[in-house]
Amino acid sequence: MTFWTYRRRDNLVGYLFVAPALLGSLAFVLFPLAMVAWYSLNEWNVLGGTFEFIGGENYARLLADEKLRDSLVATAWFAAGLVVLNLSLALLLAVLLNQKLRGTTLFRTLFFSPVLVSLVAWTLVWQLMLQPEGSVNGLLGVFGIDGPNWLRGETTAMVSVVVVQVIKNVGLNMVLFLAALQGVPAPLYEAAKIDGAGPWTRFRRITIPLISPTILLTSIITIVGSLQVFAQIAVLTQGGPGTSTTVLIYYLYQQAFQFHHFGYGATISVLLFVIVAALTLLQWRMRRKWVLHES
Amino acid sequence: MSRKVWLYGLLCLLCVPFVFPTWWMVTSSMKPISEIFSESLLPSEWTFSTYETVFRMQPFGQQYWNSLYIAVIVTAGTMAVAALAGYAFARIRFPGQNVLFVVVLTGLLIPSEVTIVPLFQMFQSFGMTNTHWPLIIVPIFGAPCVLAIFIMRQFFIALPPELEEAARMDGLGRAGIFYRIALPLSRPALGAVAIFTFLHSWNLYLEPIVYLSTPDMFTLPQALTQFVDIYGGPMWNVQLAAATMTAVPILVVFVLAQRQFIEGLAHTGVKG
Repeated sequence: MTFWTYRRRDNLVGYLFVAPALLGSLAFVLFPLAMVAWYSLNEWNVLGGTFEFIGGENYARLLADEKLRDSLVATAWFAAGLVVLNLSLALLLAVLLNQKLRGTTLFRTLFFSPVLVSLVAWTLVWQLMLQPEGSVNGLLGVFGIDGPNWLRGETTAMVSVVVVQVIKNVGLNMVLFLAALQGVPAPLYEAAKIDGAGPWTRFRRITIPLISPTILLTSIITIVGSLQVFAQIAVLTQGGPGTSTTVLIYYLYQQAFQFHHFGYGATISVLLFVIVAALTLLQWRMRRKWVLHES
Repeated sequence: MSRKVWLYGLLCLLCVPFVFPTWWMVTSSMKPISEIFSESLLPSEWTFSTYETVFRMQPFGQQYWNSLYIAVIVTAGTMAVAALAGYAFARIRFPGQNVLFVVVLTGLLIPSEVTIVPLFQMFQSFGMTNTHWPLIIVPIFGAPCVLAIFIMRQFFIALPPELEEAARMDGLGRAGIFYRIALPLSRPALGAVAIFTFLHSWNLYLEPIVYLSTPDMFTLPQALTQFVDIYGGPMWNVQLAAATMTAVPILVVFVLAQRQFIEGLAHTGVKG
């Protein structure tokens, strides 16, 4: 027997194959994450050139920071609005496109197209359309409605940011739902029909349980994605008016790169990481309760 | 019959917010500035001067090239790294495999914004700020690649192993099996990975504005917000012309290949 048995060579190939991804994870994910934790224990002002260990002070500041509390509230509203609107619209579109109808491919293409429009371009266009004299109010005017200055009111600014984001990305979830709907066996519906179940009952008792894995997957991706919405906020509202759309990620950007408080910025990063990790793990645990079966 | 009419009506109505912004972006970029807020669907007179202004105000050609070449390199690099790692995690048994997989997967839990401060420091100490290196290296090897690795792994797990076993009987080594057999079969998954990696890179906004500081280094999303007049007010029709040039080529490619596009993404079961 030579030293280089098939198994040994296989191990070596395995390590070589995962090496780029592994080294990348260490250098660009885990090492920076450890650094973030370290920075968060220091007072670090880039402009002032100061860097000193202050222990838990940044965390104490975090707890007392009213702007952070506003920001968490804005983040929660944004995430909740986005997930509810995105998933229900995606499901509605998928159900409509799943009907036996000519031209659904065309409609599918149209609903999907915003996904491919460059994010900043899409946001700029909506910024103009949401101006007081813009197209949205122009359209409302046709129906005799006097539209508000969307991006300048606290509630309307939040609604605008959510809607702009939903229309941009709902096509992705729609496509996933459509694939899931097409995987539901037709005989189930036939049997339910014979038993006298109406369309709504069939939808609730057959469709929803059978596509629940997709609902879970899309809700995880959408919630985690909602915590990373930066460009839309930066272009549309810059977090305003007031702090009404300053979601956590935008607050982090302001603290670190506008006010140059890298230490405090790192503390907010730790918070963001904890939230994302907790939500993801929670949803994976809920999988057992929620989801009828795993494909 | 009436049900059909009702369905079509609903679909057309729902289409409006999806289609109108793109239509409005393209047509308004050719309107004189005075007509930007007029209700007309088409310009009363067509002007292309906005398109010249785009190139006069910014090194837009250079910026276009920056975005394009970065996205292409990132896409190719991610496909390579993800295919290799995905295959190894799915097919090869080696000691410590599960631990290493968990280490890589943590990237899924970490939004790239969380690590932006230390990464900025790291690249600054290498003298790599205001270069494109951070925009290329981090997506290929860092957190954005993890989803791609996951997709490739799921694909290879689902692939029947018989072909590879036959090749092994014929004396092909592991690397040969991967390159000659598994990789060519993984085209659908690689296609999905390519699509969302390209879009992710093309749309990147926070990273460029953090790392890049001179207009000739800017990428497109960053450049789009730079069209302001001498008073700092946005020049809307010029922005729209630049936005049109950013968005339309990708839309055209999509419409031409939309079936492969959408079905590729749907069957992967994960979105980017």
